Amino acid sequence: MHELSIATNIAEIVERHIPAEPVVPVLRVAVRVGRLAGVVPDSLEFCFRAVTAGTRLDGAALDIESVPVTLMCGACGRTSVIDDIAFACPACASTGVVLQTGTELQVTEVEIADAPSGEHA
Amino acid sequence: MSVITIERKVLEKNDEIAHQNRALLARHGILALNMVSSPGAGKTSILERMLERIKEHVPIAVIEGDVQTDLDARRVARYGVPAVQIVTRGGCHLEANLVRDALAGLALAGIKILIIENVGNLVCPSNYDLGEAFKVVVASTTEGDDKPMKYPAMFRNASVLIINKIDLLPYVASDIDALQSNALAINPALTVFRTSCTTGEGISAWCDWLLAKAGVRG
Repeated sequence: MHELSIATNIAEIVERHIPAEPVVPVLRVAVRVGRLAGVVPDSLEFCFRAVTAGTRLDGAALDIESVPVTLMCGACGRTSVIDDIAFACPACASTGVVLQTGTELQVTEVEIADAPSGEHA
Repeated sequence: MSVITIERKVLEKNDEIAHQNRALLARHGILALNMVSSPGAGKTSILERMLERIKEHVPIAVIEGDVQTDLDARRVARYGVPAVQIVTRGGCHLEANLVRDALAGLALAGIKILIIENVGNLVCPSNYDLGEAFKVVVASTTEGDDKPMKYPAMFRNASVLIINKIDLLPYVASDIDALQSNALAINPALTVFRTSCTTGEGISAWCDWLLAKAGVRG
C-alpha cells in the first residue's frame, strides 16, 4: 500500500503550492500517473480521501490522468504506444528502445475556490 | 475559482534525500546495492552466502528492511559485519529518509560495499530511489517464470537479475530460460546470475562480478 505514502506526498505538495491566505477549499487536484508507476488509481483515491480528511483538501476531486507506455525505437525511429509491457519495438522488433512515457508520477495542477466576497479584494 | 499549475514529481522529497544519500556514499567511496524481490525469494540467504564468500576480501555493511522484527539483521550480524535493521511497521517498502537514518547509525569510514535489503515486495520498492548505485532483483524458480511480465517496473529498473533456487528446478514447473528471456524482454540490459543458496552454485560468479564493480579483487 505505497499509495498511502504517495497520497501523503501529493497533499504536502499541494499545501506547499497554494497561497496560505485566504484559507479557501481546494476543489480539484490533477495528477499524472504512468502505467509503469505501479499505482492503483482506486487505492490512490481511497488514500487521498483518508489523508485529506479535515484539511483544506477535504472533498477535492482527484483527477488521475493515466499515461500509456510509449517507446521510441532507436533502430527504425518509430514511436509506439504499447499495451503489453514488452520492451521491443512493435514495428521492427528491435529491443533498442527508449522509454518515452509511462513512469510519470506528478502533481500537475490544483484548483482552489475564490475567497468569500467582501473579505478579500 | 483559480487554477495553479504545479508540475512537481510526487516523490520529489524522497528523490532529494536519495540524492543526499548518494552523495554521502560517494564521499566514502561506497558501492551501494538495493536488493529487491518478492517475500521469500531468498534475498537474505543470498546475502549470507555472499558474506561467507567476500567479507574477508572487502569491508561490507548491511541495512535490513522488514515490516516487523530484527530477525534478518541478527542473521547477518552473525557474520561479524555491521548491520542496521529498519523496521517499517507496516510500510511495504524502504524510503530514502529511512536509509538516511540507518546510514547515520553505521560507521561508514572504510566500508566498500553497502547492501540494502529492501522489504519483500515486487511493486512499491521500484518507485523509491534510496541513493543506491543499482538495484538487484531476485526472482526464484518457485515463483514461476512469468514474474517479469507481471511486475515489469521492478525488472525494468534493476541492473542485475539473480535467479535463485536453481537446485529446485527438477521439482517445479518453471522454465528458467523462459524466466530469463521474459526478464530480458522487459530489460535487455540486465546482467543475469543463476544461484542456489543450498548448493552454493553461482554465488562466486555473482560475488566476483560485484567485487570487480566495487574495484576489489576477490
